[in-house]
Amino acid sequence: MTAIIRAHDLAKSYANGKVVFSSIGLNIASRERVALIGSNGAGKSTLLKCLIGLLPSSGGEVVTLGESFRSAPSVAQLRRIRRQIGFVFQHHGLVSRQSVLTNVLQGKLGLPGGWRGWHHSIAKQHWREEAMQALADVRLLGKAGARADALSGGQAQRVAIARALIRRPKLLIADEPAASLDPAAGHDVMRVFSELTQEQAITLVYTTHDMEHALDYSDRLIALKAGKVFFDRPTAHVTRADLKDVFDA
Amino acid sequence: MAQLVGRMIPPNVEPGFLLRVFWRMIETFQIAVVGTAIGVVLSLPFAWLSAKDITPLGPFRHISRILVSLFRTVPDLVWALLFVSAVGLGAVAGTMTIVVDTIGFCGRFFAEAMEDADERPQEALFAIGASRFSVLCGAVLPDALPSLTNTTLFALEKAVRSSVVLGLVGAGGIGQELKVAFDLFQYKNASTIILVIFTIVVLMEFVTDRLRSKVQ
Repeated sequence: MTAIIRAHDLAKSYANGKVVFSSIGLNIASRERVALIGSNGAGKSTLLKCLIGLLPSSGGEVVTLGESFRSAPSVAQLRRIRRQIGFVFQHHGLVSRQSVLTNVLQGKLGLPGGWRGWHHSIAKQHWREEAMQALADVRLLGKAGARADALSGGQAQRVAIARALIRRPKLLIADEPAASLDPAAGHDVMRVFSELTQEQAITLVYTTHDMEHALDYSDRLIALKAGKVFFDRPTAHVTRADLKDVFDA
Repeated sequence: MAQLVGRMIPPNVEPGFLLRVFWRMIETFQIAVVGTAIGVVLSLPFAWLSAKDITPLGPFRHISRILVSLFRTVPDLVWALLFVSAVGLGAVAGTMTIVVDTIGFCGRFFAEAMEDADERPQEALFAIGASRFSVLCGAVLPDALPSLTNTTLFALEKAVRSSVVLGLVGAGGIGQELKVAFDLFQYKNASTIILVIFTIVVLMEFVTDRLRSKVQ
């Protein structure tokens, strides 16, 4: 399968000398569901951001969605990368006073002609249809007209998934998407992620410190410990003892 | 003072005079509404350019901030004198004064409202490559809308009060009528005008308070 992300000897350190990670090498294939795990401060989120060019790395080389760069991508490369990526953050990041439909349509911002995603009233008809389909996919079609601040945490996160999917991304990046949710809502969100990315042939890379989520919704686990890749193997070959080692000091 | 108040009572309620006061009050109200409307629209770009972390100007945002401060710190009567000198006596000078005064007032508070808008939706939209203008329209303005509406209503209230005073320096409206009444010692006319002004200002405050309470 084609590689969506390749990193070689990737390193990240800050001006004060603090090393976040070093000598990271990884290869993520198309349609894979990859969980990045590690304890707090292990550098999972920083690694994700370096892989997609949102943060400059301190060394090494990255090829993401066909764009090869050292340190940071050029503006044009970053624009091309962003057009093919959907993001879901720990906090849903919805505009609370806007309708659910408008929030989903805002996923089109950043694409050519994307300004019409400011509000559902000026969006193209077929975009509105796509947004309704995305809401149906996350089982929230009935909430299209509701204000975002009227949703529960789990529902809001599912809307954030719909907002990411409407971009028709090749790669979906999720940073602790279920961390602020209760266990039931967290599993629900992860299930939606897992099903939709498989159905729509999207590569999913997410960070989590929830072992159940890591084991249940990924094809491959990459564990970070002390700034290095502790292990990188198919989820089926990972035992609970391996996971315990990741989090043991 | 008691003597002056004595000369003001009873107020002049001749129909011809009341009609003249009515039309002058309408003119005052028009100056306030048109001036505020134009001022609010022009305040938005000033606020965007001034707001920290949202401005596309980076450190040069201070240029916009300084301009807004200039509009705010020069008293409206001084602006009115300038505009009367530039475009002559009348409502146009009054409207231009209210526009500048509104930019000074709203420009600052709009910028603060934009800075206070929830940053998480903005970060989510920046991450997918949305432009600063798209983030402004898609995330910042909807979030800041209640605050922007409140500020606009305060600005309108303030503009009605200002536009009354502006007439004293020849910038149109009821103030001009009040000045004539005092200059010609027509104190009964003056008391009628003062009562009308008081009624309108109180009514304006009542209406804007009601509207503000409806904004969520």
